[in-house]
Amino acid sequence: MSVEPSTLGQTVSEIVQRHGNLPTRLLQILREVQDSLTWLSPEAMDAVAKEVGLSLDKVRRVAEFYSFLYTTPRGSYDILFSDNITDRMLGNRQLLHYLCDKLKVSIGQPRADGRVTVGVTSCTGMCDQGPAALVNGYALTSLDKPRLDRIAALVNQLAPLSEWPQEYFEVTTNIRRADILLGRHFADGAALRAVLKRGPDAMLEELVKSGLRGQGGAGFKLALKWISCRKAPGAVKYVVCNADEGEPGTFKDRVLMQEYADLVFEGMTLCGRVIGARQGFVYLRGEYRYLLEPLKATLQRRREIGLLGKNILGEPGFDFDIDIHLGAGAYVCGEESALIESLEGKHGVPRIRPPFPTTHGYLNKPTVVNNVETFAVTAKIAAEGGAWFASRGTLESKGTKLLSVSGDCERPGIYEYPFGVTVRRVLEDCGARDAQGVQMAGPAGHTISSKQYDRRICFDDLSTGGSFMVFAKHRDILDGMRNFAHFFVHESCGFCTPCRVGTSLLCDLVDKVHTGHGARADLDEMRRLGRIMKAGSHCGLGQTAPNSVLDSLDQFPEAWTRRLRSTSYEPAFDLDASLGEARRLSGRDDPGAHLPDEYSAMVRLAGLLTEREAPLSDDERNLLGALP
Amino acid sequence: MSKLKVATCSLAGCFGCHMSILDLDERLFTLVDLVEFDRSPITDIKQIGACDVGIIEGGVCNAENVHVLREFRGHCNILVSMGACAITGGVPTMRNRFTLKECLDESYLSGIGLVDAQVPNDPEIPLLLSKVHPLHEVVKIDYFLPGCPPSADAIWTFLNELLSGRPIALPYTQLHYD
Amino acid sequence: MSGELSFTLDNQPVPFQDGQTIMEAARAAGVYIPHLCFNPDFAPHGSCRVCLVKVNGRTQASCTTPAMAGQVVQSETEELRDIRRGILEMMFVEGNHICPACEKSGACQLQAVAYYVGMLASPFTYFYPRRALDASHPDVVIDFNRCILCELCVRASRDMDGKNVFAVQNRGIQAHLVINTPSGKLGATTFSITDKAAQVCPTGAIMMKNQGYGSPIGLRLYDRESVKIVGDVAQAPESAGGRRHE
Repeated sequence: MSVEPSTLGQTVSEIVQRHGNLPTRLLQILREVQDSLTWLSPEAMDAVAKEVGLSLDKVRRVAEFYSFLYTTPRGSYDILFSDNITDRMLGNRQLLHYLCDKLKVSIGQPRADGRVTVGVTSCTGMCDQGPAALVNGYALTSLDKPRLDRIAALVNQLAPLSEWPQEYFEVTTNIRRADILLGRHFADGAALRAVLKRGPDAMLEELVKSGLRGQGGAGFKLALKWISCRKAPGAVKYVVCNADEGEPGTFKDRVLMQEYADLVFEGMTLCGRVIGARQGFVYLRGEYRYLLEPLKATLQRRREIGLLGKNILGEPGFDFDIDIHLGAGAYVCGEESALIESLEGKHGVPRIRPPFPTTHGYLNKPTVVNNVETFAVTAKIAAEGGAWFASRGTLESKGTKLLSVSGDCERPGIYEYPFGVTVRRVLEDCGARDAQGVQMAGPAGHTISSKQYDRRICFDDLSTGGSFMVFAKHRDILDGMRNFAHFFVHESCGFCTPCRVGTSLLCDLVDKVHTGHGARADLDEMRRLGRIMKAGSHCGLGQTAPNSVLDSLDQFPEAWTRRLRSTSYEPAFDLDASLGEARRLSGRDDPGAHLPDEYSAMVRLAGLLTEREAPLSDDERNLLGALP
Repeated sequence: MSKLKVATCSLAGCFGCHMSILDLDERLFTLVDLVEFDRSPITDIKQIGACDVGIIEGGVCNAENVHVLREFRGHCNILVSMGACAITGGVPTMRNRFTLKECLDESYLSGIGLVDAQVPNDPEIPLLLSKVHPLHEVVKIDYFLPGCPPSADAIWTFLNELLSGRPIALPYTQLHYD
Repeated sequence: MSGELSFTLDNQPVPFQDGQTIMEAARAAGVYIPHLCFNPDFAPHGSCRVCLVKVNGRTQASCTTPAMAGQVVQSETEELRDIRRGILEMMFVEGNHICPACEKSGACQLQAVAYYVGMLASPFTYFYPRRALDASHPDVVIDFNRCILCELCVRASRDMDGKNVFAVQNRGIQAHLVINTPSGKLGATTFSITDKAAQVCPTGAIMMKNQGYGSPIGLRLYDRESVKIVGDVAQAPESAGGRRHE
């Protein structure tokens, strides 16, 4: 689609001005410019750079970093299939090809008329209602062929999204088990009244008593973080809510933002009061774009009833407001310092730590970054007390944890359990009767086999941000491992060597074994790569990227070894295919123009021999026995 | 004690590493007391027999290289990748940044002074792989001896340590990639 | 000596001043920790990961970790040597490092550090990326094949030269160095051989024209002694095969 230069300039100018020409809004600006123009052409980036007053390379750096920003043309309808292993279990690949055929497009390529692009993206957080996709950033759920037929027709008719059947965009919350966080009523403002009544120090004491630890998965003691930020010098501080729920298989933050947004905002406001901040940000992952307007409406309502804005609850000087930033498809931005970089409008490469965000965070000011669930819990603790919260859970892991359960089970959805619940209990409750394993805490977490179902979900055993993906007996565990390996290649930010190169090397080896071309030596190389990545990477992404491969090598060795060839070593590439180009160019197809791989040549030979009518001699039989 | 059998060959290389073997000079006399050369440009034996050690210079650029390399792997207990080309693909990999078509077009179709230009298609000529590869991407390699070429001193150190069963430790001045 | 702040590095006490990193303190004490993206003239970057050490048992980059009294730091252990070697092996397969055909060979810090950690070969599969060569500048040629993304030229040009000639674009394995002009050509910039950015590349990615192969093999910067003794190529004078202008 070509845009008149004057129109382009005007569009960009309006968007940039709406964002106050602020460089910190660059990512938001680029998102909106793209919404208007379908992609970020060099002219569009140049116009943004001039309007915001940044150099073009900075704008390009951001545009090229995020996977939802396009620097090559895209269709007016941009459809991205969620490609998590849970979507694959539900048949997303067939649907993807089905839609591509229907629309006559190839994956990732805009159609000649510029109307539509169909591609894939990392997990969109709809694992309990997949196969899922995004269309122009909006979530589509429960896809099947009839829906895709209709969608193809709508695209061909150029129907605006507002005219699409609204049930296609319906996102259900599937809360299956509620405990103290999801189950009990919360009166809006209760936490804020409590902090006003008792003061920040008493509130911090309650948080210490509660033993609450960060629910994103890392498990940092919450009170420590808030105290450190409160003590940090500086008049300007920030509260940041990490709603960049990118770990494949987790979607509990989406449910909290959809159903319990008040609780989350209240927790943030409470934090603002305790640490002395006046501004909060929600960093909402781009995949949850559909939540933006409802969340803005909730914020507006809270302003109107005095729970946000100036003089909250009539308390002079209790000022706090919340702004929402949208991400644009970068898993690494779930790492808190990368998230802050992104919030500042930049590309999301994790910072060097120390200094930590509690002293040098957003715009280098003291900043608390917590996960959605953590903020929700703090609001509850403020209202009900630390002891109340600490009465649930285990010694080291107080309270409850939300699990996002998906994969092969009868009742996928959100389960709230006191910390310390066994994997077995969760499997029973969700109706996973023939689970051979669970991917806990996402691809970066733990791969659990049935021998470990009595392990407990808590910080001292199986720590988790909440992702719980079930693999039934009929699944090939390696399908999952391969999916995860590709995920990390796509999501590595590329800053440090071990992660940038290691994720690719590891993925190539997983592919090699998965496609039946691997040998024992490849497994040894995977282990060594894993060691280097874990020890050497700059941030948690690279340090945890090999976990699923390493875990599954231990937990599901047969899943790997049964794919191996009997040889001890296999070439790194397909030798015969590598001659294909020369065969074409020379027009040759004689036997010398081929390189059958030794293994399949032997297999074919063995097959020929056994098919032979004449009986085999003992020598021949022995020889045959030695063949694969 | 019977002598160890050693075979050597050059694939997509320049024979520079073999020149460096010749640079062992008088140490070659000591060497032939310890080892017997099987297939090697030194003996001009064309068919490899069962060997203890195979030493290969050069990377893998065509079908014939693959056949020879597999033959060496099949006949040698220990296979040594010698020199930059064997280890990294080396200078011949500079063609990897072009497609094979670009390479063949330049050589056989659009080069200067060509008459009756065509891409050779005689079955006698080994077909080219689309890229040049190091040895370890095709067969298992047991030892690497870098250098372009490794110096005679490095080869001497290497062979001595290998034959005495010690781990290979090259002194600083003998370890280089060029 | 009493009252002086110190930590131990491979069991030897290393004094430090408040605010110094482990790398800076080690350098000041004359203890070598291998590194590539670190250059004392710049803020630490922490991307190459070659300078990994164990700090109280945890693996961390010594160039970005603040020195603290009482830290127990390990550097020359077999475990760390293997990890460092692994990182070097990754760098060699990621780009196209054809040492025999590179004028920087012998005075290349990537090579020297690889020698130091005992890398004989990379066992990994080579990527053989297709990257360009930029000879558009009258005095300098950029060979992107040899870039290891240490971003020293990016930092030097932006922070010291005030020219912002270089940048890294894209992410993951697609991340690559670019020249900040619409044509992407160095010739279209104000880059000059006297720029700091021309003096910091640890590999042969940024090369001066008309002065290749200045020293014979055997007499090059790292031919006789290791990087541990010779030091960084960026600190060695040009007359000795280094990059520093006299």
